[in-house]
Amino acid sequence: MTSASLPARVQQLGSPTRRPGSGKAKTTLVPYGYLTPTMVLLVVLMVIPIVMVISYSLMDNVIMKKNPQFVAFKHYSDILTSESFWTAVTNTLFFTGVSVIAHLVIGLAFAMMLNTGLLGNRTKAIFRTIYVLPWLFTVAIIAVLWRLLLEPNGVVNYLLMAGHLTGTQVEWLSQPETALFAVTFINIWSGYPFYMTSLLAGLQGIPADYYEAAQVDGASPWQRFTSITLPQLKPIIISMALLDFIWTTQQFALIWMTTGGGPLGTTEMLSTYTYKLAFSKYQFGTASAAAVIVLVISMILAFFYVRAQKARD
Amino acid sequence: MSRAQRRLLAKIAILIGLVIGALYAGLPVLWMLSSSFKQNTDIFANPPQLIPSNPTLEAYTAIFTDPVKVRFFLNSYFVSLSVTLLTLVVAVLAAYALSRYEFPFKRALNMVIVSVQAVPPITLLIPYFGLIMFLGLYNSYPGLILTYMVFTLPYAIIMMTGYFNTLPRELDEAVKVDGGSSWTALWRVLVPISVPGLVSVGIYTFMIAWNEYLFALTLTKTPDMRTVPIGIQLLMGQHSYEWNQMMSMSILGCIPILLLFLFFQRYFIGGMTAGAVKN
Repeated sequence: MTSASLPARVQQLGSPTRRPGSGKAKTTLVPYGYLTPTMVLLVVLMVIPIVMVISYSLMDNVIMKKNPQFVAFKHYSDILTSESFWTAVTNTLFFTGVSVIAHLVIGLAFAMMLNTGLLGNRTKAIFRTIYVLPWLFTVAIIAVLWRLLLEPNGVVNYLLMAGHLTGTQVEWLSQPETALFAVTFINIWSGYPFYMTSLLAGLQGIPADYYEAAQVDGASPWQRFTSITLPQLKPIIISMALLDFIWTTQQFALIWMTTGGGPLGTTEMLSTYTYKLAFSKYQFGTASAAAVIVLVISMILAFFYVRAQKARD
Repeated sequence: MSRAQRRLLAKIAILIGLVIGALYAGLPVLWMLSSSFKQNTDIFANPPQLIPSNPTLEAYTAIFTDPVKVRFFLNSYFVSLSVTLLTLVVAVLAAYALSRYEFPFKRALNMVIVSVQAVPPITLLIPYFGLIMFLGLYNSYPGLILTYMVFTLPYAIIMMTGYFNTLPRELDEAVKVDGGSSWTALWRVLVPISVPGLVSVGIYTFMIAWNEYLFALTLTKTPDMRTVPIGIQLLMGQHSYEWNQMMSMSILGCIPILLLFLFFQRYFIGGMTAGAVKN
């Protein structure tokens, strides 16, 4: 008999020498004791706020005014019929989609170069440290750095003009034609190291004999990549892409500090759109409806993420 | 072409690829470093100077001699360290319950903790604004610390539960046989041997808190409560652009993260990538 089953057996027998019931009550309450701080925080700062934001979204005159009125789904229909909302949706999809794909491509390319057997470990360690650099900066720093680099008379324009790629100084972040590409480019730069390190760990986990066997069979490097590397990394790639998708759709600081959603709304994302409704226009009801829509989108994405994770177990 | 020649060609090709990648990743950072040692008038010199012609510590002195800017850093350190410490304590308690006990609603609670991670900050921002005002925590340290914990805690609990699950139950059974409580088992036995897990989670937590922008922007008001990310932004709004100061502040702002990375590289990467890579 194992020691773990002993108390259960004793309880079954209903031994009169034990204080009746107390043993059981104690063992069931202990975990709740340990979980109390977590549950208090989750209720006060997660459950209550979500209930609040949903109720705000159904009301007028909330937060700043004192006479809230129930308006049902008016804010939702206002938002879903507003052109600027759909512009924000399109921009967010472009920004997120391009970022995720580019992160993956760059991350995988760097990880594979760093995984080569042709170079010494020290050389690879130096390059790995350089490649991780963008990861070590907070978004605020990334935003000011790229604003400096992309200034009309900044170094990016200097290099492009020296290479005769552009004839004049381009105002990358303040021209409607280029702003969305510029912020996406910045986001790509700042986000690929997460993929690179994860994929590098994944690559190192692929047994070397898979490749040796393929080489014996005469597989070309490209065949080895598509029939061994990619299938082996697939679970990691799916998890990361979904996580990245969730995070990138929520990106606020980078946009806010580079373009602020402008010029002319060309870089307006769901996050900046919602923020402006609340804290520039003080339309808290409408903003709450937008916030709930963003929440629903994130929850759907999270559902797929959890399902992908479960499929791996 | 012989095998050795092919290997050499492949090696050269990879090296070229690596150098191009390093320029992409590293040049912007190098530019930041170099600009932080320039006079503001040299920032847009033509041709650009990667190595400043008149190197100066002017920008750094300007930061260190301005009490308002020093305060940004003190705030960031205080808030981030508090968040890290509190998150670790609360997460260790929760993880212990989730790892060692069976109880009703455990699966449901697990689901809540996992899904809470996907709640977008912008969704919580509007109710927080009202809630934090109501609690009297607007423009205060506790207001920031508590809100940050909502974003650091779920991941910390999941990571620590996983870590505790790898430790044999016999360890805490042994304490209980000796008459110790579960509390003793947790703090005297499990926590001391969980240091690697705690370090990973701690680094991750510190980084989230150090980098946070949206809530710091909205839930604080006066300069003496602002953190570094907001401080950098405030610098951008002031009179003329002091690019050299913004760059030196950025360099100073990434130092704690850089140090954590250099000294705890394995834990750092472990903590950051655990969500995607399973061992």
